[in-house]
Amino acid sequence: MSTSTTLEAPNSGTWDGGNEPMKASYGKLMMWFFLLSDAFTFGAFLIVYGLSRHKHMPYTGEAEAFQFSTQWWPIPEKVFNAFPGFHGVDLPLAFVALMTMILILSSVTMVLAVEAGHRMDKNDVQKWLLWTILFGSIFLGCQAWEWAHFITGTDEGMVLADGTRISGANLTVNQYGPPLFADLFFFITGFHGTHVFSGVVLLLMIFINTVNGVYEKRGHYEMVEKVGLYWHFVDLVWVFVFTFFYLI
Amino acid sequence: MSSTDISINEEVHHAHEEHDHHHEQNFIEKYIFSQDHKTIAKQFLFTGIAWAFIGGFLSILFRLQLGWPEATFTFLEPILGGWIENGKLNPEFYLALVTMHGTIMVFFVLTAGLSGTFSNFLIPLQLGARDMASGFMNMLSFWIFFLSSIVLFSSLFISTGPAAGGWTVYPPLSALPEAIQGSGDGMTMWLIAMALFIVSQLLGGVNYITTIINLRTKGMSMTKMPLTIWAFFLTAILGLLAFPVLLSASLLLIFDRSFGTSFFLSDIYIAGQALTNTGGSPILFQHLFWFLGHPEVYIVIMPAMGLVSEVIATNSRKPIFGYRAMIGSLIGISVLSFVVWAHHMFVTGMNPFLGSVFMFLTLIIAVPSAVKVFNWIATLWRGNIRFTAAMMFAIGFVSLFISGGLTGIILGNSSLDIQLHDTYFVVAHFHLVMGAAAFFGMFCGVYHWFPKMFGRMMDEKLGAVHFWLTFIAVYLVFMPMHYLGIAGFPRRYYNWTGFETFNIFTDMNTFISISAILGFSAQFIFLFNFIYSIYRGRRASANPWHSNTLEWTTPALPGHGNWPGEIPAVYRWPYDYSKPGAAEDYIPQTVPFSQTASSNLPHERELE
Repeated sequence: MSTSTTLEAPNSGTWDGGNEPMKASYGKLMMWFFLLSDAFTFGAFLIVYGLSRHKHMPYTGEAEAFQFSTQWWPIPEKVFNAFPGFHGVDLPLAFVALMTMILILSSVTMVLAVEAGHRMDKNDVQKWLLWTILFGSIFLGCQAWEWAHFITGTDEGMVLADGTRISGANLTVNQYGPPLFADLFFFITGFHGTHVFSGVVLLLMIFINTVNGVYEKRGHYEMVEKVGLYWHFVDLVWVFVFTFFYLI
Repeated sequence: MSSTDISINEEVHHAHEEHDHHHEQNFIEKYIFSQDHKTIAKQFLFTGIAWAFIGGFLSILFRLQLGWPEATFTFLEPILGGWIENGKLNPEFYLALVTMHGTIMVFFVLTAGLSGTFSNFLIPLQLGARDMASGFMNMLSFWIFFLSSIVLFSSLFISTGPAAGGWTVYPPLSALPEAIQGSGDGMTMWLIAMALFIVSQLLGGVNYITTIINLRTKGMSMTKMPLTIWAFFLTAILGLLAFPVLLSASLLLIFDRSFGTSFFLSDIYIAGQALTNTGGSPILFQHLFWFLGHPEVYIVIMPAMGLVSEVIATNSRKPIFGYRAMIGSLIGISVLSFVVWAHHMFVTGMNPFLGSVFMFLTLIIAVPSAVKVFNWIATLWRGNIRFTAAMMFAIGFVSLFISGGLTGIILGNSSLDIQLHDTYFVVAHFHLVMGAAAFFGMFCGVYHWFPKMFGRMMDEKLGAVHFWLTFIAVYLVFMPMHYLGIAGFPRRYYNWTGFETFNIFTDMNTFISISAILGFSAQFIFLFNFIYSIYRGRRASANPWHSNTLEWTTPALPGHGNWPGEIPAVYRWPYDYSKPGAAEDYIPQTVPFSQTASSNLPHERELE
């Protein structure tokens, strides 16, 4: 076949092959498609949350008279109202608001790291990655504290029908409401926490690479951009988890 | 580090081209932890074939039980050991057989074996790429699949037996080891295997998608791609969106089983003792499962559709009829596949209004499916048909898809489903339309692309014998099942002789079992032909079928990097067969219009 001798050029539009449509490298595409797929995993969990919650009775009485009971789904403000160092003070959602702020802040520093990468500014990339790692780790620490508090429970706890008093929560029974309340809390925030943890590990890896000048030598900081995509996704998921568990 | 440390495209490809000329690969790099898409495809194929024989063998075991319910099977003791008690198959083992047959065939053969083989093999070759976007992830995808295979395979040998709650693993049956032996360790292993399997699918899937988007050769626009590629592309997208939901369901089930949560469990009494689980919903699991489960049947059938379209066009020596309609119908099927899952759940007590919505959406799928069937038949119509083994399997596919598809219209009706649900009618339907049909697609692919895989031809005569025996056996097995199903004969029953109503079907069941054994035996002809031809087959030329697509422009046995020189550019669509005025009855995609002045159509003249 004399194809190689032809003078005729094949079509060369955006989607005509021989190029990367929209200049999206395959690594970035892979990350996008992975995130799409991961979104479905989280979507399934949040649907499980929605349907499970819908199956349970809501609390219909006065907010002041609210008490924990397995009869109804608890009001989130009454569950998540503790703050480290303020024992016994009712601060509804204060701590989780702080956590959320920190995570959103970490997204901002991530954007700055990616932007520094575009400028090929190694020092700035290092600086902003370090901030992101710091905020991410603080978020994980906060979550650990919140879990610990959730597991230990409050001093009053809940009195069961047979008179026993239970405090805190595990996967089979909890003081806040129906078992599924704690099950879903542990599972979904845990699954999200695992994602944040993986993100921090990835960030550490690219931080080390940056310090060693791997990307400088390569001529671009695309890896920072890819991890950035993942990090923003994890933040976005948190916004949904936060909405479902704490606000609604 | 190399898993995360992926550099951009161009560099990789430079590296590849360097490799082609200088670096000699050692045995392990070349055959075991190979990153070459062709080797990985063969690895998937071999594993898939091994699984298919295991899965088929399991079905023969339970067909023996169904066909001869009163017989004693002492002769099976050497193989099955404790599962045969006084010559009788253990009833719980029967359920495990059915479960494992389904799991193996649906996931390990027709998903990994079919998509894994042909997506890997054909995507770079038909697109004009040196390899997949990430060879490393591709390799990882196979080896994680292999690990998953090992886990599932070992579960066959543990004392409590493999998972036995059906391939759909509905809780509470699958969640409580007290309910059935198979829900013990066997189920745990099933879930681990499935989680690994999903990871493998995701790694493979993102690779297929990005390769198709980014690594097409010059001139290969989306509408010049062969239909195989379109099918693999959409299949990979379906997998990417559907499998994570199964992952969610599996993880929640793992927690219910091992950590005492109540996601799918509520109000259960075992031996008069109430379990502590409250508040969960087993129906929720069904929703999650079928959100994967329904797209999954299209994940199985769409690659087969792609392969068949290609083979039918090549061997009819005619352009595929309605190329764009074929793409459109594939897209239509893909979209619809996500909004019909609850037709598997008509009898779970869901709102009848919801049932009618799902019924409506389900029946709409008949439209794109009919478009495809019409186009295949129209392609065959007055073609110069060459009955190669691949072509016969392709035509067999169309036949099975029609026979099985028609009963789908019946089953899609929520009112008819009340009678037919969980009967052999369902078994007959899905075995024809996605089981046997997808197998035929796979055989069609193996016979057609064997020359490119191994540089040798398979034996056509043995192929024809294999086809006719399989084709006849499939119909003999599944046609009678429709009658059983209409009579209300339930599936998954170990023994039906206790029911007066069903005793009249003894002969029919025996007949089905004999046909199944015949069909299974015929596969050994294929196995022989396959293995023999790898070593002793007739040597193949570079383009033995006179086909247009790019893989046939490679050498007879393409090496690492696929094309020895430059990657060819593409000028035309892949279906220029029997073009009036052309010197030969095929014009490969690499031939520019300037060289085919005699056959160019008016609108192609400007492209000369």
